Amino acid sequence: MITHRAIWRQDAPDTAREAGESCADKAWLSLVGRAAMHEFYTTRQIDAAGAGGCALAFTCSLTQGRPLLWVRHDAMDREVGTLHASGISDLGLDPAGMILLRARNTQSALQAALEGARCSSLGAVIVEFWGEASAYDLTASRRLSLAAKASGVPVFLLRSAARPAPSTADTRWQVHAAPSGLRAARAPGDPRFALTLLRARNGQEGLSLYLEWSRDARAFRICEANAATGFGAPPRRTAPASLPRRLVSVSFDRSGTPSALLRQRIG
Amino acid sequence: MLVEKEQGALRIAALDASAARLGITIGMTLTETRTLMPNLAAAEANRQADAEALRTCAELCAMFTPLVAIDRMDGLMLDITGCAHLFGGEAALLQRTRHKIARMGFTSSAAIAGTPDAARAFARFARNTISAPGQDEALAHTLPITALAQEHNTTVALSRAGFRTLGDLAKRPSSLLAARFGEGLVVTLQRILGREDIRITPLRALPECMAERHFPEPLVLMDSLLGALERLVQDIAGALERRGEGGRVFEASVFRTDGTVRRLEIETAQATRNTAALLRLVELKIEALADPLDPGFGFDAVRLAVTRSEPVHTHQQMLDGKAQDADSETAIAELIGRLVARFGREDVRRFVGRDTHDPVRSSGTTPSLSAIGSVLWPALEAGSPPARPLTLFEPPQLIEAIAEVPDGPPLLFRWRRILHEISGAEGPERIAPEWWREGSRAPATRDYYRVEDADGHRFWIFREGLYEDSNTRPRWFLHGLFA
Repeated sequence: MITHRAIWRQDAPDTAREAGESCADKAWLSLVGRAAMHEFYTTRQIDAAGAGGCALAFTCSLTQGRPLLWVRHDAMDREVGTLHASGISDLGLDPAGMILLRARNTQSALQAALEGARCSSLGAVIVEFWGEASAYDLTASRRLSLAAKASGVPVFLLRSAARPAPSTADTRWQVHAAPSGLRAARAPGDPRFALTLLRARNGQEGLSLYLEWSRDARAFRICEANAATGFGAPPRRTAPASLPRRLVSVSFDRSGTPSALLRQRIG
Repeated sequence: MLVEKEQGALRIAALDASAARLGITIGMTLTETRTLMPNLAAAEANRQADAEALRTCAELCAMFTPLVAIDRMDGLMLDITGCAHLFGGEAALLQRTRHKIARMGFTSSAAIAGTPDAARAFARFARNTISAPGQDEALAHTLPITALAQEHNTTVALSRAGFRTLGDLAKRPSSLLAARFGEGLVVTLQRILGREDIRITPLRALPECMAERHFPEPLVLMDSLLGALERLVQDIAGALERRGEGGRVFEASVFRTDGTVRRLEIETAQATRNTAALLRLVELKIEALADPLDPGFGFDAVRLAVTRSEPVHTHQQMLDGKAQDADSETAIAELIGRLVARFGREDVRRFVGRDTHDPVRSSGTTPSLSAIGSVLWPALEAGSPPARPLTLFEPPQLIEAIAEVPDGPPLLFRWRRILHEISGAEGPERIAPEWWREGSRAPATRDYYRVEDADGHRFWIFREGLYEDSNTRPRWFLHGLFA
């Protein structure tokens, strides 16, 4: 019998596990919590891999080592390639702890995600689909978020090449890949993501984050904008014009209290 | 009447009762028969369609016994050991089987005997005989020698020697017969006489255990079918519990009045005998059928069989709650079972690692329920960024690239009509193909680079071929996307 092992890689240090769990205390990360549904939107197809990595990274810090269900629309394989286990392993998760579901259409992707969201033994559900999806309506998203609330399993919904549709998700993010901190000889470093909060229950819309995923610590680090790493220009494609024009930049101070982290600049 | 081309002429392959009354026999040429009766209806025989029709009949007869075999080109063999009393005795069972076949539009003759060969001989030469235990020999003595179904020459030789019935043959010492006609004849004779028995080879393997319900009146409502299935699931669960086992593969067969048989296969990720979970799987499977289960004129019978079972290890509940791990493992296994029932075995997958440096082969996927083992994925050194991309294109995508130096990473590349300006790169990582797998047409060596463009997208690209090799120009490909 094949058992789905824990999603943590066996070599994950204990401190990493603790770090991953204690991350949940941080104010910005508490937005992406368990027992909730989160939507990650990308505007360009090559960002879909970034959104996937970002969701995996969040999963890694939320699952407490439980297996993960990844529901993927068929079209994703054609557009951004098939999931590669070594790449998942390199992000710090154990591919053996993943159940993959290849969905033929959005309808079945949502059904499978719902089935997964009801199973409290799962660590997280990631569901990914391509393009506009009429099946993903308010009813479908409400079902998903209710199931997530009841079971405590976070649901990450990744959408590429789609305009944000009304939903009951707890948070909605726009995800871009961000230039990584280049290493010696201009080698790309740990993956970085630029996230913009498009919608949240607690009204922190417009929050922008630059996050770097550290596999060794199994935790996100907030990167300072305009740091000496050669990166700092905001991603070329910024958030849609419909967003409120309030920008929040986060300058990160590790010892600071969450409230001190946010220095608001009204523009 | 069906005709078939044989030895350069159209010959009769099969005929119905009215054609037989005209004196037509199998093997006559069509022109010969046309002289007897000019306006005969004849069609070309289709052996394959015949075989399929026979197969359908065999599936239908599976409602009487799980052991059904196809006998030659036009017969069915049913092992009804221990089944007859369920249908009101052998005579009633025979009647019911013939009735079923008749409803499919076929005429049949049937017989029940102690051995398969005897039953075959009775069915073909002494219609509708039911030979009581121990009576095979006496009854078989009256059969003509053609019942031996030997070659034409043997039959002719036997009749020339004055043998008319099997009884005549049985009186002779078998060594003499074997010397003249070969061992095969003696063995067949012994089997028809019931002195030697063989088992039939059924179409389907005998299930580990099964439960079934036959309905006196056809069942028309889906709800009542589900009710019947629920009782079957309970029966099966009880049977499995007595054996200390759980089922991995279940098969539900639904027999419709018009002779259609639908089979649903249900596979679970963990041996189970949990009634509620099983019933849910059956319901999901019925819901997910592409061709819905249509009651039509009703269902005659329904059967649930366990085709593969495994011992179940019961977990003891620890005082400190250690059995929780086992519980969540069961919950995951049940989730996989439900997903498989709804989306099919092939669509629920897991990663499987292989011990190779070829990036494509090193991590593939396999159905969750398959038993293929996996190696561990190699761990990266602490502090190094991901070395392999999150997604992989198969086949790799051709890109246009401009490189500064022949062996260096490109400066620019164009993929899907978008130009990417490279701001950071690492490489090359040279991966040679597995030539022992590819044979003489091995692909060129690949130099992989991890590159990042100005927007922060990270790609895994490679150059196929080397610049030193003047015969072919190197080409660039994009193989994967990093997170």
